Amino acid sequence: MDAEKVLSTDDITIRFGGLTAVSKLSLDIYPGEIIGLIGPNGAGKTTCFNIITGVYAPTEGKVYFKGKDITGMRSDLITKEGIARTFQNIRLFQSMTVLENVLISKHVRLKANPLEAILRMPRYTRARRRHYEECMELLRQVGLEDVAHEMATSLPYGKQRRLEIARALATQPTLLLLDEPAAGMNPQESLELMKFIEQIRHRFELTILMIEHHMEVVMGICERITVLDYGVTIAQGTPTEIQNNQQVIEAYLGAVETNA
Amino acid sequence: MDSRKGIKTALTIVTLLLAAAVIYFGDSHLSRFQIRILNLAAIFVILGLSLNLVVGFTGMFSLGHSGFMCVGAYTAAILTMSPESKELIYYMEPIVPVLKNIEWPVIPATVMGGVVAAIFGVLVGFPALRLRDDYLAIATLGFAEIIRIIVTNTISITNGALGLKNIPSEKSLWFYWGICILTILILKALINSSWGYAFKAIRDNEIAAEAMGVSVFKHKLLSFTIGAFFAGIAGAMMSFLITSIDPTMFRFLFTFQILLIVVLGGMGSLTGSVIAGVVVTIAMEWLRIVERPMHLFGMDVPGIPGMRMVIFALLLLIIILFYRQGLMGTREFNWDWVLDKLGVAKSKERGVS
Ligand SMILES: Nc1ncnc2c1ncn2[C@@H]1O[C@H](COP(=O)(O)OP(=O)(O)O)[C@@H](O)[C@H]1O
Ligand SMILES: [Mg+2]
Repeated sequence: MDAEKVLSTDDITIRFGGLTAVSKLSLDIYPGEIIGLIGPNGAGKTTCFNIITGVYAPTEGKVYFKGKDITGMRSDLITKEGIARTFQNIRLFQSMTVLENVLISKHVRLKANPLEAILRMPRYTRARRRHYEECMELLRQVGLEDVAHEMATSLPYGKQRRLEIARALATQPTLLLLDEPAAGMNPQESLELMKFIEQIRHRFELTILMIEHHMEVVMGICERITVLDYGVTIAQGTPTEIQNNQQVIEAYLGAVETNA
Repeated sequence: MDSRKGIKTALTIVTLLLAAAVIYFGDSHLSRFQIRILNLAAIFVILGLSLNLVVGFTGMFSLGHSGFMCVGAYTAAILTMSPESKELIYYMEPIVPVLKNIEWPVIPATVMGGVVAAIFGVLVGFPALRLRDDYLAIATLGFAEIIRIIVTNTISITNGALGLKNIPSEKSLWFYWGICILTILILKALINSSWGYAFKAIRDNEIAAEAMGVSVFKHKLLSFTIGAFFAGIAGAMMSFLITSIDPTMFRFLFTFQILLIVVLGGMGSLTGSVIAGVVVTIAMEWLRIVERPMHLFGMDVPGIPGMRMVIFALLLLIIILFYRQGLMGTREFNWDWVLDKLGVAKSKERGVS
């Protein structure tokens, strides 16, 4: 496999019983790109994220991350490799504060054992203090510093979405998967989010794969777009190519227009 | 990072000293019966705490606690009984020679009770923790019953259905409450550590926890094993408190009683389990009157054995239906709350532990 690619999926297919949710999807993503994954509801976009992050193993096909085969690997190990994600339906830890949500990402980096933690031995407390500083710094960078000690679920919706992204960033990924980050946002908020994504992309040197329904967002920041319909890839190309693709207009963009 | 850290440490030390003083005077001034009830309460507090770690903090619906308690109780009993009593009691089949001449002191035997229970915890958890929710509940319930059946049938080790008698007795409040307070401190430190947060993350959202790099199975197994360890410790203490045990003691009813403590106190609150552990134990004793023959409105009502459990079952039902939170919800006692009430100022930044 080509090690230069950050992510490469090789004809991945997944079936749930009789339903083929994703069919022969091939994505190639290069360092620093922002790639869009679009398609009507139920097209298989989230399922595709679930395959890449190891929630599901594909029925057929392979997933390569930086040239390494990660097909069917456990989710937490894939996170360790450097892929992080957010969830379409927000999945924050509801019993925890904003800071604690972000701190969870550092747990896997602890070298100390539970006994050292219970006895508050130096190796544990030192690492923990460093993680605390790192997470506070991250919250500062994403503008959530002032709510660091608030309960995560008490935040307004837009900030909860932002926290989902911050939490993913805290795992120090090279590839970030965003599942409808602008869902439920008004145009003003989507615009801000778009700027925010641009910002973090440069600051954290990220490669981004994003599912999004807001066309302004997708067309505005994605360099290349893949369109799914009933699990099948119906088009791949630049925003302009996608906008002018007849099949896409029929399957998806047309539907949006008639809805609107 | 916390301006009141010094005060809080001092308060904790003062409280511990106070507890020591209460135990000291309690040992010499309370009646034997009262001491016995308090010691039983200490055991139930440990059981409540350890089941809460598993059910309340890690979100694993496990119903196998009495099985691990059984393992701890038998381990401690066999390790401490004198060779003479063993010869006397094991008359169906003699005890296996390796165990016959062992006669450990109470404290190492208690620790060993925990260790052996923890080993069983790993053995049970390894297959069972791949299941979730009701399936996990059924599986752990089954495993607890299997443990009990093994204990009933390995006669040359456990003396089977006849049970064990003449287990060395331990009566002092020091022993029971000392271990209980130590358990509270250990579990509190664990819950507030990075591991505690990992457990809670799994409880809150397993998929998100895994996406954050937490190895879910490993942490579930860890929590489950620590829970089993402390259940084993409590089992060992039970052996020394009542000095005779048999397999029927450790049926599901026992787990049910512990579950009642966890739910009543609040799933995910150590403070709640401590309070509920004491309250339920004392109430259980107090409610013995309902199992005695009574005069009610001029009628003679015969004693109904098991009536207490009926009352507790109803209580559990009422809590689950109307008061899901229990006493404490997921809140904990903490010095910050006390100091805030007392108006002791603190600086803005809060630390992590
Ligand atoms: N675990 C599952 N079991 C069965 N069907 C599933 C599962 N996950 C997703 N699907 C189905 O796969 C299809 C694609 O879903 P999804 O990937 O969530 O679509 P979307 O493009 O809207 O994100 C849907 O028809 C959905 O019902
Ligand atoms: Mg989706």
